[in-house]
Amino acid sequence: MSSVAADSHVHRAFHFYQESLGKKVVMAATGVVLFGYLVAHLLGNMQVYLGAEQMDNYAAFLHSMPALLWGVRALLLISIVGHIVSSIQLARLKSAARPVSYVKKEAIASSYASRTMMWSGPIIAFFVIFHILDLTTGAAGAAQFQDLRAYENLVYSFRRVPVAAFYIVAMVLLCMHLYHGLWSMFQSMGVSHPRYTPIIKRAAAWVAILMAVGFISIPISVLTGLVGANL
Amino acid sequence: MNLTLHIWRQKNASDPGRMVRYEAKNVNADMSFLEMLDVLNEELTLKGEDPVAFDSDCREGICGMCGFMINGVAHGPQRGTTVCQLHMRRFKEGDQLHLEPWRARAFPVIKDLVVDRSAFDRIIQAGGFISVSTGSAPDGNAILVPKPAADLAMDAAACIGCGACVAACPNAAAALFTGAKITHLAKLPQGQPERYQRVLGMVAQARQDLFGSCTNIGECEAVCPKAIPLDVIAGMNRDFIKASWERREEVIEKGAG
Ligand code: HEM
Ligand code: FES
Repeated sequence: MSSVAADSHVHRAFHFYQESLGKKVVMAATGVVLFGYLVAHLLGNMQVYLGAEQMDNYAAFLHSMPALLWGVRALLLISIVGHIVSSIQLARLKSAARPVSYVKKEAIASSYASRTMMWSGPIIAFFVIFHILDLTTGAAGAAQFQDLRAYENLVYSFRRVPVAAFYIVAMVLLCMHLYHGLWSMFQSMGVSHPRYTPIIKRAAAWVAILMAVGFISIPISVLTGLVGANL
Repeated sequence: MNLTLHIWRQKNASDPGRMVRYEAKNVNADMSFLEMLDVLNEELTLKGEDPVAFDSDCREGICGMCGFMINGVAHGPQRGTTVCQLHMRRFKEGDQLHLEPWRARAFPVIKDLVVDRSAFDRIIQAGGFISVSTGSAPDGNAILVPKPAADLAMDAAACIGCGACVAACPNAAAALFTGAKITHLAKLPQGQPERYQRVLGMVAQARQDLFGSCTNIGECEAVCPKAIPLDVIAGMNRDFIKASWERREEVIEKGAG
């Protein structure tokens, strides 16, 4: 290995990512981006409670800035690919690391959410694909799908009970994913302190629950007629 | 008390192994778990059967030699305790106990409940040396160590390298062990000169020994006989990130490029 290569950023990044700790940092950093998006998305979505006009104006406003819109989409795509690729690489390490499994094994300290990240994550990924086809492109949307009519599209979509049910299940899984993920990312990035870590854990749990409640409220409001009754 | 034991019997590294049922009669509640197995082994020997192989040395919870799974929990049901310090009064009449060796690719079974933990030694070796002068004993106050740092270093240094953390981890990761060893020296002035080289070397070695990757779930902390906290893993991650960022020279010779 030449000394020039040894000093290069590429080389450094290669060594960093080669270790599972480096991959975890990538998971954490991409997780932050995805989480940040979710917060913005939730705040945006809460505008359904302000009526159709507000919601559709918001959609038009986002589409009026194509550079920003596509920039954010690109960042999200990179993040989700990074998150998924590193999670799969780490999961493969896991199965290689214990070829003979226990006859009996008890979990005595870990949360159910933390042990099922590799279930909740892929189901969320599948949901995201469906969600985009449903409400962004309309390919899997309700028959009435119209570009940029965000409010109507969402109401018609959620009136289909199986769609609403899948959305709710996905949000429960997202809640579980974030319940563990939101504090785990601090640990992965080396932020830990006996005084603050318990606070971070509690905050992560509350944020995860509140986000899921916020998202789930929308299909429930549609199904109960609180939202979109006039359509 | 009378117990039923289901013990993993495996003749050697290449034998596939299986669980075998034994009845332990009239177990004295004041015996340690290992003494209970000693009594079982005496009976087996008298019957001309092969005794159950298990590791032990100090039998006072300080050497790290002993350890196996009891009903799916590393070192059994008592927190902060090795199996040699676990007493039979923790169990009750009629209990069914499943005993299995630590299971990890990095810890191959040698026989029955005995595994080869040399992978831990290789991680320690990969950490390298620390620069301390040899010769006559230095003055105790020549290098000042703040009390909190000394306490934290001591907490991490309590690791006896038994391997329970790896055994309990669903990923068979060695993060708690490696984190403890890294934190123990990183907190002390004597550990500073080679601090960042050490973390890169040890982390790379844990990967080469095919330990898994930590998912921060905390099973290791719960079974650690020395109650070493997850905090040491965050400390390792912190030092690893800093070391990777600041890497000024090629320090990982093995496995490079
Ligand atoms: C809305 C999308 C998502 C968000 C906001 C999110 C967020 C996070 C965060 C913050 C972490 C913690 C990282 C760490 O432990 O350092 C995490 C972990 C994880 N994510 Fe996601 N994630 C999302 C989607 C996914 C998807 C689609 C997958 C599919 C493979 C996935 C798989 C995982 C796995 C397996 C972990 C556990 C890593 C570990 O504990 O070692 N996530 N996620
Ligand atoms: S035999 Fe030494 S710790 Fe158990």
